[in-house]
Amino acid sequence: MTMLKTFPKGGLHVPDNKLSEKEAIQSINLPKTVQIPIAQHIGAPAKIIVERNDKVRTGQVIAKSSGFISANIHSPVTGTVTKIDTFLDSSGYKNPMVSIRVEEDNWIEEVDLSTEVNSEITVSKEEILQRIQNAGIVGLGGATFPSHIKLMVPEHAKAPEILLINGVECEPYLTADHRLMLEKPDEIIIGVQILMKALGVSRAAIGIENNKKDAIKILSERIKNIKGIEIVPLKVKYPQGGEKQLIKAIIKKEVPAGKLPLEVGAVVYNVGTTFAVYEAVQKNKPLIERVVTVTGKSLVKPSNFWVRIGTPIEHLLQAVGGVPENTGKIINGGPMMGKALKDYTVPVTKGTSGILLIPKEKSNRRPMQPCVRCAKCVDVCPMGLEPFLLMALSDNKLVERSKDDNILSCIECGSCSYICPSSRPLLDYIRLGKADVNKFLKSQKDGK
Amino acid sequence: MGNNIIVSGSPHVQTEQTTKSMMYHVVIALMPALLLSFYVFGLGAIIVSIVSIVFCIGFEYLIQKFILKVPTTISDGSALLTGVLLALNLPAGFPVWMIIIGALIAIGVAKLSFGGLGNNIFNPALVARVFLLISFPVQMTKWPEAFADRMKLADATTGATPLGFLKEALRGEGSDIRELMKSLPDYTDMFIGFIGGSIGEISAVLLLLGGLYLIWKKIITWHIPVSVLLTVAAFSAVMWLVDPTQYADPLFHLITGGLMLGAFYMATDLVTSPMSPKGQILFGIGIGLLTMLIRYFGAYPEGVSFAILIMNAFVPLIDRFLKVKKFGV
Repeated sequence: MTMLKTFPKGGLHVPDNKLSEKEAIQSINLPKTVQIPIAQHIGAPAKIIVERNDKVRTGQVIAKSSGFISANIHSPVTGTVTKIDTFLDSSGYKNPMVSIRVEEDNWIEEVDLSTEVNSEITVSKEEILQRIQNAGIVGLGGATFPSHIKLMVPEHAKAPEILLINGVECEPYLTADHRLMLEKPDEIIIGVQILMKALGVSRAAIGIENNKKDAIKILSERIKNIKGIEIVPLKVKYPQGGEKQLIKAIIKKEVPAGKLPLEVGAVVYNVGTTFAVYEAVQKNKPLIERVVTVTGKSLVKPSNFWVRIGTPIEHLLQAVGGVPENTGKIINGGPMMGKALKDYTVPVTKGTSGILLIPKEKSNRRPMQPCVRCAKCVDVCPMGLEPFLLMALSDNKLVERSKDDNILSCIECGSCSYICPSSRPLLDYIRLGKADVNKFLKSQKDGK
Repeated sequence: MGNNIIVSGSPHVQTEQTTKSMMYHVVIALMPALLLSFYVFGLGAIIVSIVSIVFCIGFEYLIQKFILKVPTTISDGSALLTGVLLALNLPAGFPVWMIIIGALIAIGVAKLSFGGLGNNIFNPALVARVFLLISFPVQMTKWPEAFADRMKLADATTGATPLGFLKEALRGEGSDIRELMKSLPDYTDMFIGFIGGSIGEISAVLLLLGGLYLIWKKIITWHIPVSVLLTVAAFSAVMWLVDPTQYADPLFHLITGGLMLGAFYMATDLVTSPMSPKGQILFGIGIGLLTMLIRYFGAYPEGVSFAILIMNAFVPLIDRFLKVKKFGV
């Protein structure tokens, strides 16, 4: 048996519960209305350019990127703008959204809707960047960082050496990336080649956790005659899909604390994003739909869907037979890093990789017990931090010490809170501590 | 809709292992050795164990309920574990009233006065053992002989432990340890546990198996026990090679006294051991060295409990300086 690559420090095994891994991605009928948030990405919210009662077509820009780090937003349907108002989103707050009554599905002309795979990459480097930016593509793995910015390497920065594609999907329950790799392997490989061209790199590696052997096999077959792309099976260990953990596993380099992957010559894209890049560049298709896993042990049939952005989660749940009686939690994302939602009306956004329902009896944490210093949190932390200590520092508002103990390195993977036998809310406190440190740093910067 | 929905920060799943289950696993791991001691020492061992457990739990309940006026934590298993460990650190037939004092010291002084579970610096059972050893040296070193007088509660036939016997004998001029050791039980008996000593000093093999169970169940990691045992083996091997007439061989040191109990169950006490693997290894090496220094040159024949308590005091310092390497720093 060959040793699979992985990151060396920390990590743990969480029951993976990939209930929907055998379910092909299905299309779902359009909802009656969609609600499209204008802040679905990291950075400045997009600026709305439509008005109430405007007729919009599928793929038409309805909010424009408004700043260096920002992204366009398109209408996912054909219909009439009925409201521009604030609605509840996955953050738990009300944020500006465009509400559209769905009438048809009539795409803008420039989009190539044919299903044939277009493997000829004819456009220039600059054009690739432009198309990705126009299509409003953001990181679909959950970080939602605008994708075109990663292609704009600053002049004095290190030149990228390798493109890494994240097909790890280490979050339990989620199978969106897995299904996409099985169903759209050619498109993903072309997407990789497009990104390689745009970055000017000759090497790319697709990292996939070894529990997705079928995806590893299919993609390996597809790259046989292509130079420079490698498929790297990775050990099944959470959080293997963390960007820094993936880089460390594949190229053995550690991204310095507080720096970007480019520091070690790497640029990372998620497989879902790579597919969106293919569609944007080869088909002129803006990012208005994505794969969403709808799952949970209480569901009759956990499934994967092609979902238009803005579709209410309620609509997805109806498609899997309704919400089970004993549902206690609705998670936007996976169980380790997903956000608990307040209700079912929240729309799917570009960052929604899955919807997970947790039954009532599993929804509450066990009561907190004293820390017995078992060191399990230290053992599992993939960033080499001491969560027990950071929790105490955060609780006591020792902001500078938290900073010195690298609290900002925390990737919020949740491994510490998961493993704690005393059920201590380690990550909750670390999040508070991070906010305090960021506030402190900002006040220092402003003071100078 | 939505009124019964729970919103909380991620993660939304948690491991099945709880502090309570960890405590009970340690108790389970100790059961074979405890049962063997009942077989070897009889009634005297049973009484000591029952009294120790009942009073450790009892004192925790009474102090929390009536003095501290806080919710009682007797169901978390930690007081039970302290009771079992204290019993294993006492000779069979130890006077009941002294056990009760020991339980009060362990729970009242070493544990609750520091703030209860998780806050104590020293291992409670060991604090009690050392307190009793210093206060009642005669009773604490009266070791019933294996299989003798198993139905008697007091005045059982007593004898020295192998370590105590050697310590005494070596004071004589010109003595050769190899000759002296011929009068001891053979190594197989020592390893299985048919020797005199504290209740928990008897069976190296059962304690070792229990320890492996704990590593398998991920209650403890290998770092502390392995570094303790390797240090003891290495130190005693060097001394033995230098002068085999004065120093016993490494195997003897590994299977006698409280070393197995200390290495797997006392030094690994979660609360009082370091957090990082590097720190745990240093902690284990320190325990191994101090144990052997006391065994060779100290006034007491056995030094595991002192060694652990001394190293307990260094834990905050170790935790401060021996940290896990941070990613990207």
